[in-house]
Amino acid sequence: MALSLPDARGHFGRYGGRFVPETLMAPLAELERAYAAARRDRRFRTRLAALLRDYAGRPTPLYHAARLSEHCGGARIWLKREDLCHTGAHKINNVLGQALLAARMKKRRVIAETGAGQHGVATATAAALLGLPCEVYMGTEDVERQALNVFRMRLLGARVIPVESGSRTLKDAINEALRDWVTNVRTTYYLLGSALGPHPYPMMVRDFHAVIGAEARAQSRRVLGGLPDVVVACVGGGSNAIGLFHRFIGDRRVRIVGVEPGGEGLATGRHGASMTAGRVGVLHGCMTYLLQNDDGQIAVAHSISAGLDYPGVGPEHAYYRDAGRFEFVAVTDEEALEGFQALTRLEGIMPALESAHAVAHAMRLAKTLPRSKTIVVGLSGRGDKDVHVVARALGTEVG
Amino acid sequence: MSRLDGTFARLRARGERALVAYLTAGDPSLAGTRRLVLAAARGGADVVELGVPFSDPLADGPVIQRAGARALAAGASVARVLETVATLRAEVQVPLVLLTYYNPVLAFGLKAFARTAADAGVDGLIVADLPPEEADPLAAEAEAAGLDLIHMVAPTSTPRRVRLIARRSRGFIYLVSLTGVTGERQALPSDLAAQIRTLRLVTTKPVCVGFGISTADQVAAVGRLADGVIVGSAIVRLVEERAGSATLAEDVGNFIAELKAPLRAS
Repeated sequence: MALSLPDARGHFGRYGGRFVPETLMAPLAELERAYAAARRDRRFRTRLAALLRDYAGRPTPLYHAARLSEHCGGARIWLKREDLCHTGAHKINNVLGQALLAARMKKRRVIAETGAGQHGVATATAAALLGLPCEVYMGTEDVERQALNVFRMRLLGARVIPVESGSRTLKDAINEALRDWVTNVRTTYYLLGSALGPHPYPMMVRDFHAVIGAEARAQSRRVLGGLPDVVVACVGGGSNAIGLFHRFIGDRRVRIVGVEPGGEGLATGRHGASMTAGRVGVLHGCMTYLLQNDDGQIAVAHSISAGLDYPGVGPEHAYYRDAGRFEFVAVTDEEALEGFQALTRLEGIMPALESAHAVAHAMRLAKTLPRSKTIVVGLSGRGDKDVHVVARALGTEVG
Repeated sequence: MSRLDGTFARLRARGERALVAYLTAGDPSLAGTRRLVLAAARGGADVVELGVPFSDPLADGPVIQRAGARALAAGASVARVLETVATLRAEVQVPLVLLTYYNPVLAFGLKAFARTAADAGVDGLIVADLPPEEADPLAAEAEAAGLDLIHMVAPTSTPRRVRLIARRSRGFIYLVSLTGVTGERQALPSDLAAQIRTLRLVTTKPVCVGFGISTADQVAAVGRLADGVIVGSAIVRLVEERAGSATLAEDVGNFIAELKAPLRAS
């Protein structure tokens, strides 16, 4: 298994690459060089490690969900608690790394896109910490779904720019952030929040999140006495998933499962399962699996979870899917809601709706496996931001 | 010699500069586009660029974004745009260049796209998100089909990239005048002359300048420096404003004539 991916041109096999307007080509090369230099710089690494420990709250626990496991009556389920990170999700890992890089590159301004608002809040947080002006693009559909996160970003001093174009969700927020970057590329750092986009973003975002899997692997050896049998994470763009999975790729006996948003069901066409139902294409600078029609027009993804509402998946996932190393399954909105409620009732942990997809699949899987087996679930974020969505789905109104 | 090469050679011999007029194919309809291309050619456009709409046009500003959305809503697709070109080719000699993004081309199939486009009478192809580093598969098919694959140079391009692009580009070189998306601007970038000079040092291929050029005065200024001037958003905005009018094609033709006037040999 090729662990040295991507290659020098940013390709994971046929996936990834750098499909962008010429204006961004030299800046991406500059970013790639700056990132390589930062990684070699001990002061950069020390500073990032200190921030991850003292500011973000790493390492996050690996927690045995005993009552949830008991309820399923099969394999033991362990949760990698990224929901306990500062700002409530794994997103902070990547954001701290890239914000330090932006400062190191002497960029005067940071921009980002956000779907659920988690990456936006994390970026606004890091920008506040480092004193960088920050603007966040967010589809108006998501602004409405995630009003609380919009206000959080504003409290943190960021400007939230609502995006009216296209489907008014994450994909359009990325389009608009790229348009801003093309325009202000000399002064602005684009802090992309998922393991997608043009090279070096998929690699860089993966590297900054790989701490999740590195910790989970070491913790598993310590508390389980060995590696888990399965690791499971939800996949929208795929950042928390690649972070958890990456260190396990070489462990051939560990099954790796990505959980895609099945929305209202694959048969309805209203979903976000690009790996299960998509075709290879190019969007936002990289070649990967995409939801699209026969004419190559990108389809609108649907999910109860705004953070999974993206019609593609990061290129490294596409590569390992084809290589047969990663499996992908879909979990519907309804199943995710069941996972949300089960984890809340049985463990007192309210997961983000994104993470609830992974929980739901882990529960399904646990039932089919003996008690001797272990499943590690990436609990990528906490669910406070989704309470109103859950209330509506369950037929109650809050607030 | 390709139709684009012939056009630029003829213009150069006459001391004239090219007006490259952009239209979004399918806005307001494909039948409308047919009439607009004929009007553009009559008005004096030397090259017509047809935008093949894509759902996520990240290099475009609001005017062309809206036009693309209208075209898609009205049923435009890669196949239907190519059919429209095929019917146009019987009526106009003006070189036709398609401008699009990579995904619709990939979805159609590189070989099928290149062949169908060439058979329809398309002369050149610009793919906004396909830099030379990723262009080999399409360049091979385009060359085999006799299509010119045109590349863009940007203000951020390093000297090494400028040389690479100048070498790879066929038909002409598309110089993006500014860092940004397509759309009208009040003033031309101050470093435009220097950018063009840099490019001239490494190539004798025709240089056409686009992005942010919308008035006859701006066209005249750029025409003093480049072989061709590309106007997009200003024309597309006129199409948007006059879409329901019986004189749409005539108005667009007149506007193009006005833009072409300063580019004729004095």
